[in-house]
Amino acid sequence: MSRRVVSLWFPRFASDRALRLRPVEGAFALTLSEGNADRLYCANAVAAGQGLAPGMTVTDARALQPGLQTRPADPRGDAGFLRALARWAGRYCPWVGLEGRDGLVLDVTGAAHLFGGEAQMLDDMRLRLSRAGLTVQLGLAGSRGGAWALARFGQGIAGPGEALRRIGPLPIAALRLEPQTCIALERLGLRSVSDLHRLPRATVTRRFGPGPLLRLDQALGEVPEAIAPLPDPPVYSTRLTLPDPIGLTGDVMAGTARLLDQLCARLKARETGARLLRLTLRRVDMGHQQVELRLASPMRDPARILPLFERGVAEVEAGFGIDQMRLEAVQVEDLPVQQLSHAQAGQGAGRLEDLMTRIGNRIGLENIHRFLPADSHIPERSFLVAPAAWSDPGGSFVALRPRPLRLFPPEPIGGAGRKPPRSFRWRAMSLTTERAAGPERIAPEWWLQEDAWRSGLRDYWKVDTRQGRRLWLYHTPQAPGWFVQGEFA
Amino acid sequence: MGRSMQSDQITTDFPAVFPLRGHRTHEVCGPGAAGFAAACFAAVEGPVLWAVEDWRQDGLNPVALSEFRDPGQLLTARCKTQTDVLAVAEEGLRDGALGLVVAEISQPIGLTEGRRLQLAATAGKTPGLLIVPEGMGSNAAETRWRCAPYFDRQDSTLLRWSLIKNKKGTLVDWVVRWDVASRRIIVVSKVRE
Repeated sequence: MSRRVVSLWFPRFASDRALRLRPVEGAFALTLSEGNADRLYCANAVAAGQGLAPGMTVTDARALQPGLQTRPADPRGDAGFLRALARWAGRYCPWVGLEGRDGLVLDVTGAAHLFGGEAQMLDDMRLRLSRAGLTVQLGLAGSRGGAWALARFGQGIAGPGEALRRIGPLPIAALRLEPQTCIALERLGLRSVSDLHRLPRATVTRRFGPGPLLRLDQALGEVPEAIAPLPDPPVYSTRLTLPDPIGLTGDVMAGTARLLDQLCARLKARETGARLLRLTLRRVDMGHQQVELRLASPMRDPARILPLFERGVAEVEAGFGIDQMRLEAVQVEDLPVQQLSHAQAGQGAGRLEDLMTRIGNRIGLENIHRFLPADSHIPERSFLVAPAAWSDPGGSFVALRPRPLRLFPPEPIGGAGRKPPRSFRWRAMSLTTERAAGPERIAPEWWLQEDAWRSGLRDYWKVDTRQGRRLWLYHTPQAPGWFVQGEFA
Repeated sequence: MGRSMQSDQITTDFPAVFPLRGHRTHEVCGPGAAGFAAACFAAVEGPVLWAVEDWRQDGLNPVALSEFRDPGQLLTARCKTQTDVLAVAEEGLRDGALGLVVAEISQPIGLTEGRRLQLAATAGKTPGLLIVPEGMGSNAAETRWRCAPYFDRQDSTLLRWSLIKNKKGTLVDWVVRWDVASRRIIVVSKVRE
């Protein structure tokens, strides 16, 4: 059976998608900033009819068409939509690949008769896509290159053996060549594909290299070209259906252990580790109970994960019994296989992560922090507070000058002048200054917006009071005032 | 109190109570409590968990903490309620993977909570330290300390550490200071009351 390939081209893919989400009347375009200019990325049919083309700057476009409505483009969202369309196209044939950023290619060999023939299948595609609000151009030929050329320049069907007849009259650009090659060929007077086909092959190759003839042969189906279908996403879920309902915690844990072994084998095969696991327990009365486990680090060791489920499983209300269990790794991260040293292989490995997981399941994993050094002379910016589950300890802290152990938001105290006040009240205490060390002047980081530092420079003093408290005071000379910001141990 | 009449044999020496006895929970109060906890952080090995309630504004400054020990070994847990703080502390103590668990609480705790922490510390062989407000400790604690900076005309680093509860000895006051170079507490003098 000869090969049959359909190529779908969405000439206004990005703007069609934007208008599907929020339709507007009249001229419309998506813009993307490139370099220093906002340029049109994709224009709808009305705008294109008024002479607006992708690549034009937005200011030029507005001069031509003052009523133009624009929105920022979202190329990542477009790519996701194209993948969704590729999944939809699986209704016609299983062999669907992406073609650039606005096209699909389907290998429909042996599938067209299911839709009543090739013409009927193309009509069905066009009907469904236009109903979804997408402009589409379709081409069907015996090769990927031929279908590509037809979709973009002619539309229609090239039956078996009539590839040259249908593709021959199309312009040279239908051959998927580099723009420079196209221009060079056109300068030689080669306007159409059949002009190129008529030339002696050796001369073309000597002048342009093998590219044009390879593309020509691919378009005519004389050189095969593969279509790479999208891979199926890996499935990280396992299920266990029970003949009789269970209700004891030990039984549920035994079932979980069995599911976990299967799931971890899958995770290991793909060198990934689970971050978020969800155990769904279906009861006899069709109610669902879920146990979620957020792990402090990606893991795939069933012996370590199973004890972490104990707390969640103990809280499950079994009712009349549980007859189906499903375990799913909802979030998965890469976890390459590593060589263990003899020191790591012992008992201590990963114990801290397990503890963090157990604590994190009570208070939220994002509430466990660790300190990381930061490069700033502003006291409250000289360190970072990072979630411990997503960071590693690193770097070293350097205290060049005495710093208080406790830092709090500045608390104003009474006082005037550039020297620390002799006596002041702070937190309902009367304190007397006995010794003051300073000033240490710290200037705000002007390149960052920080409301607390709007008052300008700060002169910091370490003040020892007769009552014992050792406080970190500062004076703001540009907006006179005294504040307490920290306390030494 | 008549403590001066006690013989030297039952008078507690500093090395007998500090570093804190493992497998036990201890308490500390007073304005120098954070410094005491930092000194305990420096005296142990392995990672340390510090549980606080999330409304607290007076956060630790790791730059200052680095004069005690590498702050990379410290994990802080911010909990919504004091019950969570205690639960996190119990979990950390029982696990045994940590060198020390510090919990800051704001409300008095009962004997039940104190005893549970004590049992967890014994099970996990980990010392625990509760930073409590003045006069709000529980009777289950092994020792309780009151710490405050101590004003002295010559030295601006002195601290007064008073042992105000001790299950295995007498109550003593010390004036101490943290030595940054050797990273340990140096007893300057013993103050008898």
